[in-house]
Amino acid sequence: MLIDALTLQLGYNATLVAIGAGLLGAASGAVGTFLFLAKRALVSDAVSHATLPGIALAFLTMVALGGDGRALPGLLLGAALSAGVGLVCVSWLTARTRLTEDAAIGAVLSVFFGAGVVLLTVIQTLGAGRQAGLETFLLGATAGMLRADALIIALGGALVLALAFLLRRPMLMVAFDPGYATTQGVNVRRVEMAMMVLAMAITVVGLKVVGLILIVALLIIPPAAARFWTDRAGGVIALAGVIGAVSGYGGAAISATAPGLPTGPVIVLVAAGVFTLSLLAAPRRGVLAVAMRRHNVRA
Amino acid sequence: MMLDATQAIDPEPVDLADSPLALRGLTVAYGDSPAIEAVDATFQPGQMTAIIGPNGAGKSTLLKSALGIVRPVSGRVTCWGRPLSRQRYRIAYVPQRASVDWDFPTRVLDVVLMGLYRQLGLLGRVRARHRDAAMACLSRVGMEGFATRQIGQLSGGQQQRVFLARALAQGADLYLLDEPLAGVDAATEKAIIDVLKSLKSEGRSIVAVHHDLSTVSTYFERVLLLNRHQIAEGPVLTTFTNANLHITYGGRLAATLPGAGS
Repeated sequence: MLIDALTLQLGYNATLVAIGAGLLGAASGAVGTFLFLAKRALVSDAVSHATLPGIALAFLTMVALGGDGRALPGLLLGAALSAGVGLVCVSWLTARTRLTEDAAIGAVLSVFFGAGVVLLTVIQTLGAGRQAGLETFLLGATAGMLRADALIIALGGALVLALAFLLRRPMLMVAFDPGYATTQGVNVRRVEMAMMVLAMAITVVGLKVVGLILIVALLIIPPAAARFWTDRAGGVIALAGVIGAVSGYGGAAISATAPGLPTGPVIVLVAAGVFTLSLLAAPRRGVLAVAMRRHNVRA
Repeated sequence: MMLDATQAIDPEPVDLADSPLALRGLTVAYGDSPAIEAVDATFQPGQMTAIIGPNGAGKSTLLKSALGIVRPVSGRVTCWGRPLSRQRYRIAYVPQRASVDWDFPTRVLDVVLMGLYRQLGLLGRVRARHRDAAMACLSRVGMEGFATRQIGQLSGGQQQRVFLARALAQGADLYLLDEPLAGVDAATEKAIIDVLKSLKSEGRSIVAVHHDLSTVSTYFERVLLLNRHQIAEGPVLTTFTNANLHITYGGRLAATLPGAGS
């Protein structure tokens, strides 16, 4: 069964989902590298949790307008809007108050997530018998995903990947030294905003696959694992993309083998496996290599 | 009043259009407390100027606001008589070593190539001529053998030289350096000073925040004494005096200094 899944033998839709998850993973690994190197990865956690009220409100709006509340494009639009509001809140709190970024992240994350959970509860009590299925956005579920949904995810992932490639040079300069980047004519605020908007796009596109709670893992774990293998930023970006792709593809395929297996956690576990391997076995920076060097020095 | 006195003995007051960097009434604040207040300074072209002052005097802030990294509350910055935004490419910045994470995954050559950002742009490919230019800057600071090293493997002095090489790559006319000689070994100090002197001999201007009062008169022609306000600015010979140092450091310097005028 697992071999079938990994070799795309589970049918057209599961295959499409696995490929979509792979592209999403590649994009999120690459975009995550910039956040990781700028030491701002956790901002994306606030942004992803801030999608939940938007999803719920989009559902309510679409139902009120007499449509199908579960239409993915509408839900993703709502998610993007409230994630944007969350992002603006984090930026504003950091820039205009004495709060540091970590405090702003904590505040925005919990308030938006709390509001979202309340709205979900309201939705469940509202339409008796109507199963909205919005809770799948928490941890991701690819079972029963529509072909069009998988296409949205694949295209979104590819688009974000292309934008990250386009902006890689200024984003790396800002991550390394924002002050120096300013002197080179880089608009640091805009580049930082671009970084965050790309992370937001990953979060929104990845809602259905990974879910909003764990998407931050797919942004952080691939670059953290990739950093063990290479000392060049370009290498970290490329390798994080590959690790993200492998995790997304493998995780989606594995979760397709059993009904009710949430996709997000499986993807994250695959990524964590790659990370552990890197942590232990990477040459030079890996734990084993460092231990061996120490041993040789003592001997 | 101090300003008038120094300007009176200044042999050749410079025209604003010739000054690579002029600050007028520059005030910068972090939160409520001003870091520098109403600083007026006109830096001379083709000269090496030291900025000295006690900790917290606003020396780094002065450089950062002159470069547009920190936004001033009020005041004006002009470079060769024009607004900074038009002249940015003519100004190179060497930040403090401690301002970056040296574990960042990048090699020495890649850091120097950052100085070519304006040429490379968003998508321009790094070509052989760019690499050659970066290598030439590395050899100018004696670091050509380290091009492929990860920057985390460098000593403090080597890191400082790499930052200087990155500034050289830009081919600027004005160099603003923040404590370029702090915590570096004697060999690096000599290497850096030699490069700065050669820049000066090419007619370029240098402004450096400097912490070592004992070497001010050896290395620099001009000095700006700063303690939130500008205390004095002028030739080392007439401005770097014990009286001015006393005002700048608020009497916290016990001994009179070698090299300082009376």
